Parts: sequence; structure tokens; C-alpha cells
Amino acid sequence: MSTSPPGPYPGSSPDEQSRAAALVKESAPPAPPARKLGPFPVPTLARHLGIAVLAAVVLAVASAMIGDYRDYELAEIAAFVVAVAGLTVLIGLSGQISIGNGAFMAVGGYTAALAFLHLQWPLAAILLAATAAAALAGAIFGVAAARLRGPYLAGATLMLAVALPALSTQFQSVLGGDQGLGFYINVPGFLGASFSLSRWQAWFNCAVALLVLVLLANLTRSRVGRNWRALRDDEVAAALAGLNVARLQTVAFIVSASCAGAGGVLLAVWIGTVSTSLFALGLSIQLLTAAVLGGLGSLVGAIWGSAILVIVPTFLANFATSHGMTQAKSSSVPILAYGVVLIVVMVAFPGGIQGGLIRFFNLRRRRPADYHQEERGTT
Amino acid sequence: MAALATLGLLAAACSSGGSPGGAGNNSGLTASDTGITPTTITIGSHQPLTGIAAPGYSEIAPAANAYFSYVNAHGGIFGRKIDYKYLNDQYNPTMTATVVHQLILQDKVFAIFNGLGTPTHLAVAQFINSEHVPDVFVASGCECWNAPSTLPDTFGWQLDYVREGKILGKYIAQHFKGKKIGFFYQNDEFGQDGVKGLSYEIPKSQIVAKQSYDPTNIKIGPQVAALKAAGAQVVVSFTVPAFTALLKLNMLGLKFAPQLVVSDVGSDPITLAGLLASFAKNKTAGFGNSLTQGIITDNYLPSLGQTSNSWISLFQSIYQQYLAKTIPAFDGNVLYGMSVGYTFVQAMFKAGKNPTRADLIGAINKGLAQGVAVAPFAYSGGDHNGITGAYIGTIKNGVLVPNTGVYVTDDSAAGAITTDSTPQPAAPANGIPSP
Repeated sequence: MSTSPPGPYPGSSPDEQSRAAALVKESAPPAPPARKLGPFPVPTLARHLGIAVLAAVVLAVASAMIGDYRDYELAEIAAFVVAVAGLTVLIGLSGQISIGNGAFMAVGGYTAALAFLHLQWPLAAILLAATAAAALAGAIFGVAAARLRGPYLAGATLMLAVALPALSTQFQSVLGGDQGLGFYINVPGFLGASFSLSRWQAWFNCAVALLVLVLLANLTRSRVGRNWRALRDDEVAAALAGLNVARLQTVAFIVSASCAGAGGVLLAVWIGTVSTSLFALGLSIQLLTAAVLGGLGSLVGAIWGSAILVIVPTFLANFATSHGMTQAKSSSVPILAYGVVLIVVMVAFPGGIQGGLIRFFNLRRRRPADYHQEERGTT
Repeated sequence: MAALATLGLLAAACSSGGSPGGAGNNSGLTASDTGITPTTITIGSHQPLTGIAAPGYSEIAPAANAYFSYVNAHGGIFGRKIDYKYLNDQYNPTMTATVVHQLILQDKVFAIFNGLGTPTHLAVAQFINSEHVPDVFVASGCECWNAPSTLPDTFGWQLDYVREGKILGKYIAQHFKGKKIGFFYQNDEFGQDGVKGLSYEIPKSQIVAKQSYDPTNIKIGPQVAALKAAGAQVVVSFTVPAFTALLKLNMLGLKFAPQLVVSDVGSDPITLAGLLASFAKNKTAGFGNSLTQGIITDNYLPSLGQTSNSWISLFQSIYQQYLAKTIPAFDGNVLYGMSVGYTFVQAMFKAGKNPTRADLIGAINKGLAQGVAVAPFAYSGGDHNGITGAYIGTIKNGVLVPNTGVYVTDDSAAGAITTDSTPQPAAPANGIPSP
């Protein structure tokens, strides 16, 4: 059994130590000074909140103008943004890979359905409880994951994605099997009877997504975020610098699982049912694809990735049908296009869409979140 | 030859321009509700065009559409043409939710028609009702569609699985007295409703095994082995066609040869024969039919073998004209699609010249005349089940041969099963229900 990781412990050569020290210095610079707006410094939290409030106003106005079906799509995008943002932080910042975040979405979704059907909790309480359940699942799995590296970690998370949804057929009386559990959440009364369900779903999902993005944006710019980047770039160096690698990795897993859980709730509320097919392996792969397409480690990238995930397939299927293709054939078009988009983005913008945009507009913002990506993109 | 002759007749009828419904007279037609214009009625559906339920079932929507094309070419419904949009949900409830939202919110259909599948349609029934869109003639025999108080806009169509289970159960109890009976069913409301009906009629002491499958898992070897181990002499299966074929092949593999009794939805002889040949990779002519030989099943539509039946010859000629190029055989699924299409046209005529969604619901709630089915519809304000009875038959040489008359019953445990000897009404001469 030779599974022990390379030891980042006292006793490594002085040469290795100095290299590690240099790396830590380079990859985890001190927090940048607060941005300045005119002559006044603006604290990070206030800036993120400001952007979020602005986005909320824009979304609220837009949701009233784009029609029911677009609202419905907006709600789906927001659900994915939450899950993808958690994953992109995990992979892009802490350097761990997960092909199984769909399973944590299932934990969130099923918890929400059970809480709604058996306890009749209000939606906000359901969201919190389901996120907590997913966080717990993430913590349990994260402890194990902290001992695994690269392909082994990927394999373990893949197993999770395959195995967990199958539980619902094992415990059919509680979890509903392939048919799943239906639950239908109505528009709250205070919005009036004529308020459309899709717009309410868009509001709720977008509000949660903005909240999660603000929390994540602050987290990634905090000490925790800097420590994650340090261990992503060189675990040995990070350990030598005094960071607790296993604990940081577990925390990253918990954060990512919580986001997936919350995303699972949003997806379940949006579709009105939870079932094995909703959380099949394909979902986990979609999350990963969206994170990579958008740009690993970038929260804005998570938005791009999720939008592509939702809009491109329906758009292409409709386009193909309206151009004379039969339904049976046009339903395979999105799968094909998906592959093409993935290849094109990876060839043209190795740093994902957000990385490509930054390069394109030459926005040389030396923020820690972008630093690593640009470095990678240009070499 | 006969088919060619009818095709010729039909073509002649078309070219003579004798359109009975009064086409060209669109005066007084208004855009009376969402999805209706003076010239069109747009309806939508979710169908498994690819995926595990696609074999056989993917023909249903094109067949209904072929009947609509026929109606459109012969005057339409009070002059309006039906525009039928059916989207692929791959028998996946998540996809169903997406496509149905698209149909209702974006494409603004007048009604959801014949949405296929129990687990799939359950995912959307509540949404469709909350939007007050008619959800008519669901392609599933689940009891769940008969819920006028909670799902007032939803209507079943085909014989529901509880009634079907009862009718099959009674036949088994009569003809296989004292034999050991095993159940094999899909692990959802479809299979469970069927088992419920069977259990009303078959004595408990005879039931030796109940095995189920999930449609996402095609490895059913263990279940079939358990049925064999229990010594089942009769196996009753509530399965979709692909799983009926898998069941048969697994039985062959285990040298297990009980009498097979299959629910109507999983027993179309032509679909089954094709599936068996393709799963077993055996292209020998007649291989599939040799394996379906002797299967007992029920049917609530005329058998395809009854070529003198006016409905069979009507739909056969429409098949020749509109579908023969894309669908290789006039099979049970094609018959099903055209029949349910006929019922929809019946209901739309009854709903009036400028119908609203509520008019359509009201029309069906007042009851529909028995059309293509062998038994009457149950429709009333308090009952949203469809066809109420069926006959039992045996598959011989790829054709269902009736063994019994038509049995009619209700969906309760105590409800009696009676024989309905009223002859089935003949198809209208022009193939279109009268207003």
C-alpha cells in the first residue's frame, strides 16, 4: 500500500522549503487594498452588495417584460448558477475536482420535497434545511475526499453521482422511485392572484442566486479564499506555510455541496417534482461542463456557463424543428451542438468564456481570482 | 391490393373536392381563446420520440397527426385546421416539465392532448391545471387522471389500469383455476394500479410472487429468476413493450415457460415482434411472431385482424395515404393514435363553433358518444375516466384473436364485471365525427 501523499513535512530539503516559501508568497498575496470609487475607498462587502442590489433591480424589471416562458428559463438559469458557482469555487480555487455535485443537488432536492410534503414548512425554511442537509453530506464526503487526489477524487465523486440517486428506488415508499415525489409550490398570496407562477419562480431563484453569489464572492476574497488558492497552486508549499490542507479541502467541499444543495432545491421547486431522472449522472456532468465553459474559478463565468446550459439546447432544438427537421432528429441536435460549443470554447478560450472576455477586453485586473487564470491562459 | 384500392378511392374523394365540413366558409370564426384563430387550432403534447419508451409509442403522435391531416384536408373542425405540436420528452419527467412549459407559456397551445406516460405526465398535470389548460385524453391508464376535484381539466382516455387489471384478473381466475400466478409490473402508478385491479379478482392464495422493475434499469434477470423460483405457472405483466420483450427473452434464457398474460399497453403484436427480433439480434423471418405466439392480452379497440371492421378499414386507408412512407406497419400504436385523434375531433365539434377552453371541458363533462372503442366512455362531471371495457384475446401468428365478448366494469373493488353485447357503432362514412 503506497498511498501516502508526498510529505510536506519538516525534513524536506532546504531547497524545497525555499521554493515553497517563494510559491506561497507569489500565489497568495496579501488582500489587495479596497477599490477606490473616486476619492473614497469602498469595502469589498459593500461593493458586492451594491452590484447585487443593482442586478436585482435589473432582473425584477426584466422579469416583468420578457414574458412567462423567459421567466421560466431565467428561474432555471438561476438554479444552475447556484450549483455551478459552488462547483467552480471548489475546482478553480481549492483545486479539487468533483464529478458528483449532482448528488448533492439530489440531497437538497429530496430534503426539500420531504420537508414540504410531510412538514409543510415555508419555502425559506425548506431552503435552509435542505442546504444544511447537503452541507452535512458534503462534510461526510469531504473528509474522505481530503485524502484523495486528482483522478481518484474524480472517481469517488463519480461513484457518488451514480449511487446516490439510486437510493430513491431502494426506498421507494419514502422517496418515490423513478416516479419521484411531486410537490407544487404556489405563488405566495401577498403578490396577488394575477402574479404569474413563472415570474415568482424567477424572482425567488434569482434572489437566492444573488445571495449565494455575494456570499461566495466575499468568501473567495477572504483569508479562506486566499488559503484555497495557495493549496491549489502547491499543496506542499501551503502545508509548509502552516495551512491545514485537509481541513481547507473539507471546508471547500462543504461550501460546494451546500451550493449544490441550494441549487437542487431551486431546481426542484422550479420543476415541481424530484425524481431520479432529474438528478441523473448527466446533471453532474452538465454542472462540470458549465463551470469549465464559463471559466473555472470565476463566479461571473458560472453565470455564463449556466446560461449556455439552459438556453442553447432549447434554442437549437426549436431552430432545427422550425427548419424542417423531424422531432426525433432535432432532439439530438442539442447534444451535438453541446460538444461543438465545448470544443470551440476550449480551443479558443482555454480559460473559459470569462477568461476569454477578460483577455479580449484586456481588462488587466490583477485580482487574485483572475491572476492564476490569466497566467494559464497566456502560457 | 385491398389497401391500394382504398387508397385509390380516397384519392378520388380528395380530388373531387367534396369537403363535408364546410371548408372555405370561415365566416363567423373568431379567435375565441388562446391557441385558436379563425383558421387554426394549435394543440401540443409530450411524447417519447427517443429513449426506452420510444419503440412503438413514438408512432402514436404521428398517427394522431395523420388523422388530423385527414380531417384538415376534409374541411377541418368548422373550417379550422388542427396544428399539432408534439415535443420529445424521452419519457423523462424532467424533460416533460420543460417541454410542457414551453408549449403552454411560449407556444400558447389551446390544449395539451394525449401527453404520454404515467410518471411523465404526473410531473406536469398540476401545472397544466393551474394554467387552466385542457389536459385531454392522457396516453396512460393511470387512475390519477380521474380526479375532477383536484385536476378538473384532466381527462383519461384509454381503459384505466385498475379496470384492465380487474378484467384480466377475472379471466385468469376463471381460466387458470388453482394455478400459481406471478405478477411482473412497472414500479410506478401504472404497474401498481394494474396489480390493484388484478388483486380484486384473483384469489390471494393463488398469487405466489410479485416482482417489479424500474424502467431505467433493463437488467431484469433477478426478477424473472424469482418468478421461476416461486413456481409461477401464469405470469401477468404490466409492462411497456420493451420490457415485455425483455421479460420474454429472459424467460427463454431461463427455460421458464409459463402462460404469459400482458397488459394492453405492452402487448401490441407487431411492436413486440420487432423488439424481440432486434433485442435477440435474430433476423429470421417470423422469429418475433414465434415468440409472441400464445400471449394472452386485452384490447379496448378493434383488433387489427378484424379487417371487415369499419374503423380498421378507415384508419388503414388513412395510414396508407399519410403514414406508410414513415411508419413501416399499420400496427396497434398507429390505431391507438388515430383513435384518440378521432375522440379529440369529436370533443372539439361538441365544444362548439367558437370554443373556449372551458367549452371543451364542459363538452367532455357532458359525455362523449362511443366512437372507435369497443365499450362506452365513462366521461361525466364526476368521472374523468375514459373507455370502460375491453375484450380478452390470444396472439396468434402476430394477430390478436378475440376469445371473449366485451367486459365492462368500474374501478372499484366491489364493482361487478358485466358483458356488454351492444354492437360497436360503425365508423362515419366520411371518417369524420358529425358536429
